[in-house]
Amino acid sequence: MDAVFSSFDEYLAAFGLTIGLFVVSGIASLVWGTILAVLRVGPVSVLNKAAAVYVALFRNTPLLMIFIFVFIAMPVLGYNFKFVEGFEIAGWNVSAFFFRACLALTLYTSAFVCEAMRSGVNAVPLGQAEAGRAIGFTFAQSMSLVILPQAARAVIPPMTSVLIALAKNTSVAAAFGLAEATATMRGFTNDNADQRIGIFLAFAIGYIVVVEVISLSSYLVERKVKVAR
Amino acid sequence: MSASVLFDAPGPRTIARHRVYSVVSVVALLALVALALWKLYDAGQLEYELWEPFVTPDYVEYLLVDGLLETLKMAFFSIIFAVVFGLVFGVAKLSDRAWVRWPAWLVVEFFRAVPVLLLMVFAFFLLAIGNGPLSSFWCVVIALTLYNGSVLAEVFRAGVNAVPRGQAEAAYAIGMRKSQVMNAVLLPQAVKIMLPAIISQMVVALKDTSLGYYILAPGLTAVAKPIYLEFNNQVPAAIVITSLYVVVNLILTWIATLVQKRLVGEKSPLELSRVGNLQGGDNTA
Repeated sequence: MDAVFSSFDEYLAAFGLTIGLFVVSGIASLVWGTILAVLRVGPVSVLNKAAAVYVALFRNTPLLMIFIFVFIAMPVLGYNFKFVEGFEIAGWNVSAFFFRACLALTLYTSAFVCEAMRSGVNAVPLGQAEAGRAIGFTFAQSMSLVILPQAARAVIPPMTSVLIALAKNTSVAAAFGLAEATATMRGFTNDNADQRIGIFLAFAIGYIVVVEVISLSSYLVERKVKVAR
Repeated sequence: MSASVLFDAPGPRTIARHRVYSVVSVVALLALVALALWKLYDAGQLEYELWEPFVTPDYVEYLLVDGLLETLKMAFFSIIFAVVFGLVFGVAKLSDRAWVRWPAWLVVEFFRAVPVLLLMVFAFFLLAIGNGPLSSFWCVVIALTLYNGSVLAEVFRAGVNAVPRGQAEAAYAIGMRKSQVMNAVLLPQAVKIMLPAIISQMVVALKDTSLGYYILAPGLTAVAKPIYLEFNNQVPAAIVITSLYVVVNLILTWIATLVQKRLVGEKSPLELSRVGNLQGGDNTA
């Protein structure tokens, strides 16, 4: 593990990038996945089917293929997202690589978020939806004021699984030129072949910490908002 | 709660409004598809030469034999080994002896929390690079076995726990020993419950074989590269490879659903904590 301790800042920077990918694409997939879930349970059957096709397609495509689409196929069509490099958020320059990785992760993860959200909508007691309708809410109102907030409380455990999977999936970005944790481990192992077991353990522990922090915070949130039945 | 209780049975005005929404969304979706096709056309990606490799017998054979077959082989071996791994550790986690139970718990939790790609890279550097004994094919299989085996260990544990208690009690009552109860009564019952979950785990394994791309393992993602480098047809290659994955996965999902209906019934008794499932969300399709 000496190799890791002697360049510990590099180790931290690698996990910083991993966490950055997780947070940005996590928020984006929660938003896009919820929109998809609303489309899937909504009254317009064309949109139901379109969202169902999206979910089936992206759930059955390996994440790596989506990365290949975004990183290798899209630039051929003229989408390289270089323009994001012009933006600056609080002194941080967003790189096109980071943006594309987040795009790929979001496209993939939102399909799973949609499924988790839909199971949450199914867990909302019938009476709540009826009560919403009884006081004259439209679909949009009962969805945004009653169903989704109630579903969000029920959906925390499956959503945690999705988010943990996302945290681990950020490792795929390693194959596409981002120096996040997995790519950095590969670099370390390349340079210090005699310490590969120590290096592996150091990076595995990093991921385990990330995963445990996610599941602990989800546990705390769940305990706070859980429906008493 | 079905969708119909989310909104009232529509009256004439709502029906008319929904019709408008439908038309608008059909137009929007068609516009989106048309835009995508136009973009492909504009970038010259619809030209026949770029698609030609995928109808040329030699390349089709290359795709199917060196790509799809290798991918299926990797997934197949991973699942077979993972079932064994899961059986051993699932039963160990159920053991009455703490010195068996806790190490098994540690192993399962460790491999579920670590990304598969990290395991693959580690196996690759440990076993393949230099004069390592194994090819990268087997490094992919090892990484997938450890990960999927840990997930299946939880499936096995839940499966054994899902067998009605009375069966174990009856077996003890007629004088069976603990190992006999497990081997002769609980496991055969549990396998039936678990079969759909094992098949859908195969979808996960199949999707994850694609990660072998990073450690130069064979498979669909590996054959894509020389094709698009030679013909400069990145978009068609990605579309073809993705459709192969999607078709195989849909077939597997369909088989899992069929088995579920035959053997288990509509509702699965397996309520798993799906922490760290790379597929995310549902295990049983």
